[in-house]
Amino acid sequence: MGLHVSYEQDLRLFPESGGRVGMAILVVVVLAAPFMLEDFPLVILNYSAIAAIGAIGLNLLTGYTGQVSLGHAFFIGLGAYTAGYFGGEATSNAGGLGLPFIVWIPLAGLLGALVGAIIGPFALRLKGLYLAIVTLGLVFVGEHLFVNLDAVTGGPRGRPIPPPEIGGLSFFDIGGLSSDQSFYYLVVPLLALLALLAKNLARTRAGRAFQAIRDREIAAAIIGVDLFRYKVAAFVVSSAFAAIAGALYGSYVRFVVPTNFSLFLSIQYVAMIIVGGIGTIFGSILGALFITAMPLVIERFSGSIPFLEGGLLRVSDLNNILFGLLIVVFLVFEPFGMAGLWRRAKIYFKAWPFSY
Amino acid sequence: MTEFLQFLYQGLVLGSIYALIALGFVIVYKSSEVINFAHGELVLFGAYLVFTFRNEMGIPFYLALPIAMASMGVLGLAIERTILRPMVGKPVFAVVMITIGLAIAVRQIATSIWGFDPRSIDNPWGTAVHTVGGIRFTEVSVATLLTAFGLMLLFFLFFKYTKVGVAMRAAAFDQEAAMSIGVSVRRMTGLAWAIAGATATVAGMFLVAYPQFLSPDKGFVALRAFPAVILGGLDSTGGAVVGGLAIGVIEVLSQGYQPQYAPWLGNNFHVVAAYVVMVIVLMIRPYGLFGTREVERV
Repeated sequence: MGLHVSYEQDLRLFPESGGRVGMAILVVVVLAAPFMLEDFPLVILNYSAIAAIGAIGLNLLTGYTGQVSLGHAFFIGLGAYTAGYFGGEATSNAGGLGLPFIVWIPLAGLLGALVGAIIGPFALRLKGLYLAIVTLGLVFVGEHLFVNLDAVTGGPRGRPIPPPEIGGLSFFDIGGLSSDQSFYYLVVPLLALLALLAKNLARTRAGRAFQAIRDREIAAAIIGVDLFRYKVAAFVVSSAFAAIAGALYGSYVRFVVPTNFSLFLSIQYVAMIIVGGIGTIFGSILGALFITAMPLVIERFSGSIPFLEGGLLRVSDLNNILFGLLIVVFLVFEPFGMAGLWRRAKIYFKAWPFSY
Repeated sequence: MTEFLQFLYQGLVLGSIYALIALGFVIVYKSSEVINFAHGELVLFGAYLVFTFRNEMGIPFYLALPIAMASMGVLGLAIERTILRPMVGKPVFAVVMITIGLAIAVRQIATSIWGFDPRSIDNPWGTAVHTVGGIRFTEVSVATLLTAFGLMLLFFLFFKYTKVGVAMRAAAFDQEAAMSIGVSVRRMTGLAWAIAGATATVAGMFLVAYPQFLSPDKGFVALRAFPAVILGGLDSTGGAVVGGLAIGVIEVLSQGYQPQYAPWLGNNFHVVAAYVVMVIVLMIRPYGLFGTREVERV
């Protein structure tokens, strides 16, 4: 039943043997997926994997540490423009340093971390809703900066972002694979690595400190959790993840404009962690997949959806309505999101026939 | 000097609209402890309702406005009853997200019904302008100032001297104590949301009046009233008014002077000016200018 008899067992990634088998099967399926799927689902998976990295970052900040942030879009944009400026070639309206992928991807993460370290101390001074509004301001200031620093960002017309390649091997063209398939083999292993990193962070001392801060800040401070250090750390890690996600996103779509990184993007990420499950890494991935896939799927099948066929609603209308509805439904009925549903299903089957 | 006075005047006019929006927002916050991210969209929706009643249905202006206010009051009440009730006791973060979802839904409904074309509400002041001492006063702006300040005065008197007003303050101050002396907290909360809806309508109508126009993007303009609320303090109605006026003046002054004196701040800096000022004030006073400092029990 999953009873733990030692601390070491409690910390283990896969406390039950079933977990390890399940993970092995998952790895095989995930690795084989690009060969079995058509373009459309593959593209969805690519976008979802990118979003999942960002969502994990946000979950570490908001789900684990309880710092409400609406500013995630800013860090994502930061990552994308870092990739563009440091990795891209100079164009007529934007600079570029042309550094290789192996430099600009970690650089994006580093810059995100640095800026996060600057924003972090604000969280110390401000609580709850005040912090949320300040992070809201961050998005607007960010958009303003992206539009105006046109030497770096190309201004409102945007700028190109270089494709990922390591030493001649382009991740848009591995062997005989299509560009989407090749990119999949970059972004999914990266996601796995980062997810493992985050999971490790969450299950050790730092993670416990984060959760202590979320649950009762004063109590955490009393038992010796250094609030400054861990709140700033939460922002640093979260922004680094977001920036890496942004760099990957820019690299995938090859061109970004400032309006990509609006308040709506921040809201989408918050929705991802709510729908997926606050305070879980698994939930971040699920939520990212769901929120990313939904509009794309609706658009693809808009011919067969009753409301859209008769021209009663536009595709974007239906998207937005469903989006708002989803958030409300999950918040009211299942606050732990899809991960919560998954957990409940697992317990149901484990406890059967005594599940109720 | 004339230019400065002109900007100051326009800033006060815009500020009085922001103050109205902020006031409605704070009234809701004080009674339900909810940050209603959908308030901006309520402002928008209220304006569209006035448009419908006045332009499309031909109802005379001085009737259309109260009817729209009443309708939005009912809408506010409906939102409180259906969406906020089930969320009592849930974490604040969850409720905030619900209001965001609501904002998206309301905006969506507005664009579905009225589309994206810019509209103009027929009002008795139209585009009439007077110039006194070198300063242009549009008749609408004078009406805006008078109405906004009139409403704020009304609220001041309402909260201070009427039974219902005092009951609302009591309910906002301490729910249990208020209930124990016979105040129906549920009714007060509903009333708060209804008031928010009604004031949002008035604010919305003036927000889109000449020389502005009504379009779905105006919901975002109302978002600029958020810094006003935070600046003044989330739970201070007086702070909301001060904050609204301050933000309005800051916005117009920066729009007027920044391109000349500080062009390095970028184009359209006035859009973010409010947020920058807000952050600076928060660093000095983390609960806003007039907000009450949270006392945490260990």
